[in-house]
Amino acid sequence: MTSRTVTRRPVTRARITALMSRLAGDESHTAAATSTLDVLHVLYGRILRVTPTSIDDPDRDRFYLSKGHGPMAYYAVLAAHGFFPEEHLDTFGAFESVLGLHPDHLLVPGVEISSGSLGHGLPLAVGAAHALRIRDSSARVIVLVGDAELDEGSCAEAIEYAAAAKLENLTLVVVDNISSSYTVHGRIEQRLRANGWRADRVDGRDQRLLEEALARRVPGTPNAVVAQVEKKSAQVENKSEAA
Amino acid sequence: MSTAAPLAPSPRAQFGRTSCALLDEREDLAVVWAEISGQYLEAGARAHPDRVINVGIREQLLVSLGAGLALNGVRPIMHTFAPFLVERAFEQIKLDFAHQGVGGVLVSAGGSFDKASSGRTHQGPADVALAATVPGMTVHAPGTAAEVDATIRAAVAGDGLHYVRTSELTQATRIPTDGAMHVLHEGRGPGRRSAPAGGPLTLLALGPVRDAALAAARELDATLLTTTSVVPLDGQALRAHAGGEVVVIEPWLEGTSVAAVAAELDDAPRRFLGIGTSHQELRRYGTPAEHVTAHGLDPDGLIRRIRAWSRSS
Repeated sequence: MTSRTVTRRPVTRARITALMSRLAGDESHTAAATSTLDVLHVLYGRILRVTPTSIDDPDRDRFYLSKGHGPMAYYAVLAAHGFFPEEHLDTFGAFESVLGLHPDHLLVPGVEISSGSLGHGLPLAVGAAHALRIRDSSARVIVLVGDAELDEGSCAEAIEYAAAAKLENLTLVVVDNISSSYTVHGRIEQRLRANGWRADRVDGRDQRLLEEALARRVPGTPNAVVAQVEKKSAQVENKSEAA
Repeated sequence: MSTAAPLAPSPRAQFGRTSCALLDEREDLAVVWAEISGQYLEAGARAHPDRVINVGIREQLLVSLGAGLALNGVRPIMHTFAPFLVERAFEQIKLDFAHQGVGGVLVSAGGSFDKASSGRTHQGPADVALAATVPGMTVHAPGTAAEVDATIRAAVAGDGLHYVRTSELTQATRIPTDGAMHVLHEGRGPGRRSAPAGGPLTLLALGPVRDAALAAARELDATLLTTTSVVPLDGQALRAHAGGEVVVIEPWLEGTSVAAVAAELDDAPRRFLGIGTSHQELRRYGTPAEHVTAHGLDPDGLIRRIRAWSRSS
């Protein structure tokens, strides 16, 4: 998969947004896709120990995109980092394409889980964290959910349990674009802390703050980063912005 | 097998003993449970605290956590009562195992009405029908503690997706758990002239109902086939032995396996009768034996119903 792109251009935010423009837009998901852009850019650029050649390494870091809605930024980041050919992006959503409106990990190299139905990624990540602990691996699991995804009861089950099980190799990223119908500001991090997590809210567009929060591993407890971005309806992608 | 632990009389207790023995035998196995049956897992939890995982009363997490283990190289056994395991967490089985493309071993307790006195909430008669809709799922219904032991061991040894349904309706007749269909009784009587494919009346007993079916087969001079493998069915043996009138007897939701049996027997026109638990809620407490009788799954009930059906042709 990587042999055809021996020398890749540096992965900048502008490069990712350019690749995103190659994906035929699904209007209902465009804003959601953009909300995850900076988090994904930081994760794959500076945090995760995984490359196209290590996707089967038992000790690679795992990234689970639980919020499978709006995967354009995800696909663009994976393509930019060489996990699959950029040409795939032009086929987005087509019958023969490996890139669907929700990702399928059996089809897309570098995608760790198939997602789309909300509330599955975090519980799966809890299992992954247990498996790494059983196998005495130093790898970590980072799972991304949306703020409205936390409506799902399965997330409540996982949030309470992960702290009780002291899964310190687990990091939860909540991309908060205030899309839950019954939002209470600040509830996400309060809820996580009440259950024993380390949880911090940071500017989801500030890559330096994101990197700092995502790099953190707290002994004896899972770590959460609430990435605050613009309200869903107000999101406008600034294409001139570069990193 | 390598464990010296004696077989338990109870299939549910046997689940615990077999699981604990397997935890000793392989380091890549974990048992995930949800407050149910912990009394049978204590030895394993003491010896392997990292690999016996109690999630509390969280059945969605029970299944998804198991799938997360499977995605990362740990073979999971997941356990709770049948309705909570299969019905409550069904989407987790469908997506986190089948759709993610990983395997695991789901082991339920309680069957259709082991918990008769607990009422509807603890009864799982529709679990087999639901599990059978999951692509790649193998469904087992062992009828003795020894069969539970052998079934779980074989399921854990592979990498597939399995549902092992245990029930305390322990059967006196033991059969191999090899996935094959076994002939427990050869019907000698000629088939009814009106039966399209001829041959003796054929009873197919799935799950822990084979003792009653054997009594019925003797009385009716019918052929009796049985297996612990409900999905997939041994079609070759079915075609070799089935006559023109086929009765599918299963101690869970009536009709669950009739379509699958009919699909295997498409070589000739035949009549099919499904006997199982009624679609309507019984809304009774009492004992499992009383529920067996109420659903017509005892020998007298089976004989009465099969005679009436066979005469109706």
